[in-house]
Amino acid sequence: MTDNDYAVTLENLTRKFGDFTAVDDVSFSVNRGEIFGFLGANGAGKSTTIRMLCGILKPTSGRGIVGGVDISRTPEKVKSFIGYMSQKFSLYDDLTVEENLNFFAGIYGVKNRKDAVNRAIESAGLAGREKKMTGSLPVGWKQQLSLASAVMHNPDILFLDEPTSGVDPVSRRKFWETIRAKSDDGTTVFVTTHYMTEAEYCDRLSIMRAGKVIALGSPDELKRKNDRDTLEDVFVSLVQQTGDTR
Amino acid sequence: MSKRLKFMLKKELLQTLRDPRMRIVILVMPIFQTLVFGYAVTTDVKSVDTAVVDLANTSATRAVTDQFVASGIFVPVWKNSYEEAWHAMDQSEIQAMILFDRNGRMQFVTDGSRGLSAGVTAGYAAAILGRNQQAPVTVESRAWYNPMLESRNFYVPGVIAMMVMVITLILSSMAVVREVEIGTMEQIMVTPMKRWEFIVGKLLPFGVIGMVNVLVVTAVAVFWFSIPLQGSVPLLMLAAVLYLMNTLGFGLLISTVSRTQQQAMLSAFFVIFPASLLSGFAFPIANMPAVIRFFTLFNPMRYMMTILRDLFLKGNGLSTLWPNYLAMFLLGTALLTTAILRFRKTS
Repeated sequence: MTDNDYAVTLENLTRKFGDFTAVDDVSFSVNRGEIFGFLGANGAGKSTTIRMLCGILKPTSGRGIVGGVDISRTPEKVKSFIGYMSQKFSLYDDLTVEENLNFFAGIYGVKNRKDAVNRAIESAGLAGREKKMTGSLPVGWKQQLSLASAVMHNPDILFLDEPTSGVDPVSRRKFWETIRAKSDDGTTVFVTTHYMTEAEYCDRLSIMRAGKVIALGSPDELKRKNDRDTLEDVFVSLVQQTGDTR
Repeated sequence: MSKRLKFMLKKELLQTLRDPRMRIVILVMPIFQTLVFGYAVTTDVKSVDTAVVDLANTSATRAVTDQFVASGIFVPVWKNSYEEAWHAMDQSEIQAMILFDRNGRMQFVTDGSRGLSAGVTAGYAAAILGRNQQAPVTVESRAWYNPMLESRNFYVPGVIAMMVMVITLILSSMAVVREVEIGTMEQIMVTPMKRWEFIVGKLLPFGVIGMVNVLVVTAVAVFWFSIPLQGSVPLLMLAAVLYLMNTLGFGLLISTVSRTQQQAMLSAFFVIFPASLLSGFAFPIANMPAVIRFFTLFNPMRYMMTILRDLFLKGNGLSTLWPNYLAMFLLGTALLTTAILRFRKTS
């Protein structure tokens, strides 16, 4: 029953697009309640991995277990207890803040929808702006709103794919406070990022290169093992060691 | 009704009705198109400027000319010689000529470069001459179902089929690809929303819009243009529902195979043109070559066109029209099923 000790388990997970292997035989596990960071250069296969774990991309081979559910066999079952937010803003610009939240709360069948929506508005710092068209909000607020929307149904596992790209430092810090709070409540957070300062906030990290995981451990472990002072140096040295970055 | 479907429908309605361009498409376009087809697209010929050259100038030739003028269709333009008349025809100043030679023999000429109306004009002339008492035979023809042969009665019911296809095919072809393009599709994919809930939520509002269009155009046809609706309204509605299965199914299919909204829009037009041309709206299917006639069997608009004209002008019932209903049902089911199977939440 090892499946249930971990929030997420990958066993030899592989995804090919034609001849191109985007994710190549990847295996690791994510503990319940931890913030798991996923680093890698552009095109290293991070998003493909996340999209497989969310049940919207089928693995070519290997296994992925999310919350005890096999993502190849029953991808739809995963969807009710995960939350997902991508770098690309994906709420409706032509709906108001409130309408967006109501819609997603409705789809997830959130109980006490009114309260949940109000709490989400509060946590995104958008109180008083409920009736604003979502498209008119600045980027930082939009991302806050996306996050608030993605956690409204209290998912066990939260997948964040470069959630803070293009967001100013103040909003980014606020964003991470929310993530930390969610993790303290027992939510597992699986997050990809390009910002090393953010990587420092993670309990554990994995670094991906050309579809393979090339390092795994806590930020301190990684620094010690590679004899570097900062994560940025660790990252650069690891990614460059093995040649091209695709 | 599923709760998720309810939220999906609400979202779609909010988005559709909020878009000002959409409101124009839904409300203004059908009425505008009906009026255009009702007033402008007509093959009826009125006030034909006709050169009259009467070299005989007898009481008999004058009587014939008078008959033409009295019909109200031919407007005489007096000319002194054939050459003058020919020149006027060359300059498109006139559309027909009545020529009497010195012996009183008559020649009637129409401008063949004007296509359809040349034939119609010649037909009128033949009818007038047929009524002439000196002629040995009197021809009296009568057109059933549309006794005045008003092209409006023929075209306006057909507009319903065109209108509904243009609007609902374009709307539904945008449905899925629009969300893919702006990136919201991925967010939907990770939710527990069921495939059918998403698709029904997308298509149902467009179906309702289509039905409203049918009612609006029918009302304009009946109350504004006084085109009689001989058949039953429920049968018209049933036909509309089956027809919408086709247009929405096709639109959804386009939407699931297109990568961009632009692509979807072009594909939709690519479907609408041949569908209209091969529907019998303007060109009779019976006159088409066998190969083309075969293709029209897969054109839902063809069946809708037949049903509409028969319902409006003949008042036929299901006993004669059922093959058309059945064909639309089968085609529609096939299209919708293919589209739904093409749409996947996991790729």
